[in-house]
Amino acid sequence: MSSFPDIFRFNLGQYVDQFVKWLMTDYGEVFDAIASGILSLLVSTEKILLWLPWWLVLLGILLLGWKAINIKAGIVFSLSLFLVGTFGFWDLMMMTLAIVLASVIISLVIGIPLGVLTAYSDRFNAVMRPILDAMQTMPSFVYLIPALMLFGMGKVPAVFATIIYATPPVIRLTDLGIRKVPKEMVEASISFGSSNWQTLLKVQLPQALPTIMTGINQTTMMALSMVVVASMIGARGLGLEVLRAIQRIDIAKGFEAGISIVFLAIIIDRVSQGIAERFKYPE
Amino acid sequence: MTVKIKVENLSKIFGKNPKNVLEKLEHGVSKEKILQETGHTVGVNNVSFEVEEGKIFVIMGLSGSGKSTLIRCLNLLNKPTQGKILIDGEDIVEYDKQKLKEFRQKKVAMVFQHFGLLTHRTVLDNVVYGLEIRGISPEERYRIARENLAIVGLRGWEDHYPNELSGGMQQRVGLARALANNPDILLMDEPFSALDPLIKREMQQELLDLQARLKKTIVFITHDINEAFKLGDRVAIMKDSVIEQVGTPEEILATPKNEYIKKFVKDIDRSKVLQAKNVMFKPSTVVSVKDGVKIAINEMEQSGLSSVFVVDKERRLLGLVTIDDAIKALKENKRLADIIQENYFTTGPETYVQELIPIATKNKYPIAVVDEDKRLLGIIVRVSVLSSLV
Repeated sequence: MSSFPDIFRFNLGQYVDQFVKWLMTDYGEVFDAIASGILSLLVSTEKILLWLPWWLVLLGILLLGWKAINIKAGIVFSLSLFLVGTFGFWDLMMMTLAIVLASVIISLVIGIPLGVLTAYSDRFNAVMRPILDAMQTMPSFVYLIPALMLFGMGKVPAVFATIIYATPPVIRLTDLGIRKVPKEMVEASISFGSSNWQTLLKVQLPQALPTIMTGINQTTMMALSMVVVASMIGARGLGLEVLRAIQRIDIAKGFEAGISIVFLAIIIDRVSQGIAERFKYPE
Repeated sequence: MTVKIKVENLSKIFGKNPKNVLEKLEHGVSKEKILQETGHTVGVNNVSFEVEEGKIFVIMGLSGSGKSTLIRCLNLLNKPTQGKILIDGEDIVEYDKQKLKEFRQKKVAMVFQHFGLLTHRTVLDNVVYGLEIRGISPEERYRIARENLAIVGLRGWEDHYPNELSGGMQQRVGLARALANNPDILLMDEPFSALDPLIKREMQQELLDLQARLKKTIVFITHDINEAFKLGDRVAIMKDSVIEQVGTPEEILATPKNEYIKKFVKDIDRSKVLQAKNVMFKPSTVVSVKDGVKIAINEMEQSGLSSVFVVDKERRLLGLVTIDDAIKALKENKRLADIIQENYFTTGPETYVQELIPIATKNKYPIAVVDEDKRLLGIIVRVSVLSSLV
C-alpha cells in the first residue's frame, strides 16, 4: 500500500529521447552549424592563448591587475600564475581559459540583447523568468545531458553547457540595470525627440553599464565553475586533471590542479570586478 | 496676444482600456469609484485652457491632482485618452512618429523635478544632448551649449559630472539643456521643488529675469501657491484631475471660486502678490494747479484727508499740499503753487505691496502712484496697504 502504484508509471524520458532524436534527424544541419561556429571560435582563442609566450602572459596579468586594482594585486596574480606553470599545467590552464573566454563571449552576445528585451517587455520578462530560474537552480551536471545528446563528446558540448549555465546572470543584470535607470532620465531623453534606439544607446545602456559589468563578472565566474564540470564530457583542461586525480586517488595531482583552478578563479573575479568598478559614475 | 497653446477637453486615463472608462467619467462617476471598479486611474479629466505666447502659465495643485500627468501630455510623454492639444494651431495629438520627433526636437523642451540629468555625461555633454539628437555638428553644438551654460551662470563647470554639483546648480544645467534647443515652449515640472528655500527663491528670480529677456511660453508646475502667484501671469488650480479655477493671481485672490481655493489663498502672502495698482484708489480728490487755495481746502475737508495732491492739466503730478500750509496760505494770501511740497513718496503701479509697507507706515502722507509720464494714477494711504493684507 505504501509504495507508489505501478499503473501511474509514465515514461517521460522516452519522449524526451524521441524529441532529441527528431531534432537530430530534422535539424542536424542547424546543430552542425552551431557546433562548427562554437568550435572555430574556441580553436582560434585557444590558438592565440597557446601561442602567447608565458612571460608575456605573466606581464600582461601584472599590468591588468595593476590597472584594475593596484600594483600589489598585479604581482600576486602573476606570481600565482607562475606557480601554476611550475605544476606543469600551463597549457591546460590556457585551454581552460579558452573555453571560458569563448563561452563568455557567446553568453554576452546572447545575454545582453535578451536582457534588454526583458527590460522592455513585461510579457517577455514573464516568459523568461521561470526559464532563467530553472537554468540557475538546476544542478550544473544536468546540462551535460542535452549537450551530450546534441553534440556528442568533446569541447563543443562543454562550451554549450557552459553557455546555458553562465548566461542567466548577464540577462538578469542587464534587465535590472535598464529597469533601474531613473524614469526622469528616460523621459528627458524622449522629450528631446530621441528615437528608441537613441534612448537605449545614449541613456539606458550607459546608465546600466555598471550593473551589466557586475553581470559579466558573475557570468565569467559561473563559466569557470562549469568548465571544470564540463571536463566530464571530454573537454581538456584543468578540470580533467582534477577528475583524473579523483579517479586515481592521486592527492598530489588533485591538490595542484585544484589550487590552479582557485588561482584562476580569484584572478578572473578580482580583475573583472576591478574593471566593473571603473564603470561606476561619481556619486 | 496670440494663443500659443490651446488645450481642449483633455482627458488622460491610465489602464488597460481607457476609452471604455471615459464614458463612465463623462457620466459623472467619481475617480475613486472608477479606480475601485475598473482599476483605471484618472489622471486628467476634461481640462481646457489657453496659454498666450511669451507668458508664464502656472498649473498649481497638490500631489495626485494630475498636474504632472497634464504637463506630460503637452509633449506627449503621456498620450491623451481624449481631447486636443493645439500648438500654433496644430493638434499635436494627431502627429505621426516623425512629426512628433521633430516637434519635440525643435519646439518644446522640458525641465524636470529631479533634474533628469544624465549622470554618465559631463555637464557640457548633458547640455549638448538635445542638439546631438537633432544632428547638429559637434562644433556648433558645443558652442551653443557653452553659451547657454554661461547664461545660467555655470561657466567653468563644463567638465564636471552632474553629481558633483549642488541641487541648484544641477537644475541650472537642466535649464541650460532645455534652453540650448531654443524651443518656443518650456515645460517645467516642479523644477524648484527639490531645492532648499533660499536657492528656490534665487532660482525663481532668475527665471523671471531670464524670461524678461527670452520671452518663452512657459508652462510651470508647482505645488506651492506662493510660487505659483509669484511666477504666473496666469494660474490654474487643479484638484482631483480637474481645473478648479484659472485666472491671474489678482483675480484668484480677489474672487476665489470655491472653499477649496479660498483655503489655499489664505496661505498666500498677499504682500508679494498684490501690487500698488491693486490697492490704490482713484484720486477723486486732486486739485489742479490753476485752482485756488480755497478749492484745495474744500477738497481736503470733503475727503477727510489732511493733504491733497496737485496736478497740472494733463494730470501730471506736481506736488502735495497739506491742510496746515493751505490755511496759512489763505491767511497770507499766497498762491497754491507757492506752498506745494515734495516730501512724499511716489511709486510705479507694479510695485509689490511688500515694498510699500515700510514706506506707508513711516510716511504721514499718502503714497502717489504714477505712470512713466508722472501722471497720477492713484493714491495709497496707510490704511489701504494694511487692510489689503487681511
